Amino acid sequence: MNAVWSYLVAFAVWPGLLLAAPLGWLELWFMRKLVARLQGRQGPPFFQPFFDFMKLLGKETVIPRGVNRGIFLALPVVSVAAVTAALAIVPLPGNPAPSLPGDVVLLLYLMEVPILCEVLAGYVSRSIYGQVAAMREALLSLAYNLPFLVAIIAMAQEAGSFQMSALQAAPYGIVHLLAAVTFLLALPARMKLNPFSIANAEHEIVADSHIEYSGPPLALFKLSHAVELVLLTELFAVVFIPATPWPLVNLLVYLAAGVAVLGGVTLLATATARLRLTQAFRFYWVWGGLASAVTMAATLVR
Amino acid sequence: MNLIERVIAISRRRSPWICRLNAGSCNGCDIEITPLLSPRYDAEQLGIELHGTPKHADIVLISGTLTLRSREAILDIYAQVPNPKAVVALGSCPASGNVFAGSPLVLSDSLDSVVPVDVWVPGCPPRPQAILDGIARAAKLLEDGATKSQLESRRGRLS
Repeated sequence: MNAVWSYLVAFAVWPGLLLAAPLGWLELWFMRKLVARLQGRQGPPFFQPFFDFMKLLGKETVIPRGVNRGIFLALPVVSVAAVTAALAIVPLPGNPAPSLPGDVVLLLYLMEVPILCEVLAGYVSRSIYGQVAAMREALLSLAYNLPFLVAIIAMAQEAGSFQMSALQAAPYGIVHLLAAVTFLLALPARMKLNPFSIANAEHEIVADSHIEYSGPPLALFKLSHAVELVLLTELFAVVFIPATPWPLVNLLVYLAAGVAVLGGVTLLATATARLRLTQAFRFYWVWGGLASAVTMAATLVR
Repeated sequence: MNLIERVIAISRRRSPWICRLNAGSCNGCDIEITPLLSPRYDAEQLGIELHGTPKHADIVLISGTLTLRSREAILDIYAQVPNPKAVVALGSCPASGNVFAGSPLVLSDSLDSVVPVDVWVPGCPPRPQAILDGIARAAKLLEDGATKSQLESRRGRLS
């Protein structure tokens, strides 16, 4: 199997779209079910995210007047493609794609693309609510990316390489713990969950930045969010959970760690109310910044 | 009907997203929608989600007396809902004007004269169970392709 084929398989099958989409739906269902149970409800049926996706595929696409049709329809596709390509780089067990030197940089870049797509989707839609959501998302990304990027870059500094497989194989130490805490600080905002669900505050600005989207493009945005959940949880597992020599055990441990992280984040989301943008910004630049500084200091001391 | 069409049809029943439209209601019917999302009735079990924007909705719940001014708004918002869509009329007001019938600014006609209504939920206000039942029936109509807008578009395609 040559390199091109292995990249294609990694993108389309595992850990790419074909298996990541059901996994993402599973994670979405798990979050919704957990929220419902914590609120004393029964919650959605197991296949609910799948039904939502299929229903949206079967709906008409309404394009608002005066909106550039090309950009409007391209954004969700780019978002799904970028987030899937990012997942294809993560060295999950069984990933056929060969590890590249410097793929951490590529991964971090690809992970910014869905956020950029959301911001553009809000501005392109010409809806005032969409534009407010886009502005909030753009500002919030300046806040949560500080601890998020520092957590990954500190691990790269610790491993002495910008290669995912080196990060995965780095000997376990105090930096892992500190960077994991820093990463977890950024996670709720990256997943747009409650204390930081500022950009998708449905009670304030009706919906998130895809307010004008309907039909298949909206379905693709929802899919992109589902795959992003898998990406974030599995990235956490791959970088911060110690690997065993057995790939199958690794896979199970990674999936379990992903679900555990998701459960914790959902618990936080259910127990908290939404912050204002300034409060979230201050939180990330004070506490996130502090955590980042400590993590970086730990990598340099050794 | 091939497999994908069948799955999409089932998904329409299993994932009805609703959008509220108050056409001059006293807020009684709208207050009765809120308990649907509470632990007691838990509409999420049926896949029902409340959305603020008509672009994301499958079923529009229209409540309230129709006034001369709200007619345009109903038509506008109904047109924004992507096909296939269903309309559920909540309470006595959209059916008849209720106690406001005959008032100078009230459109003394049923909602059917403005947009095609699929399910009528009677009551003033209707109980939450009745609203839930109305949404479930509208979702079943969406699955069967039997809502008035779906039948209309099919007839348009044939002729």
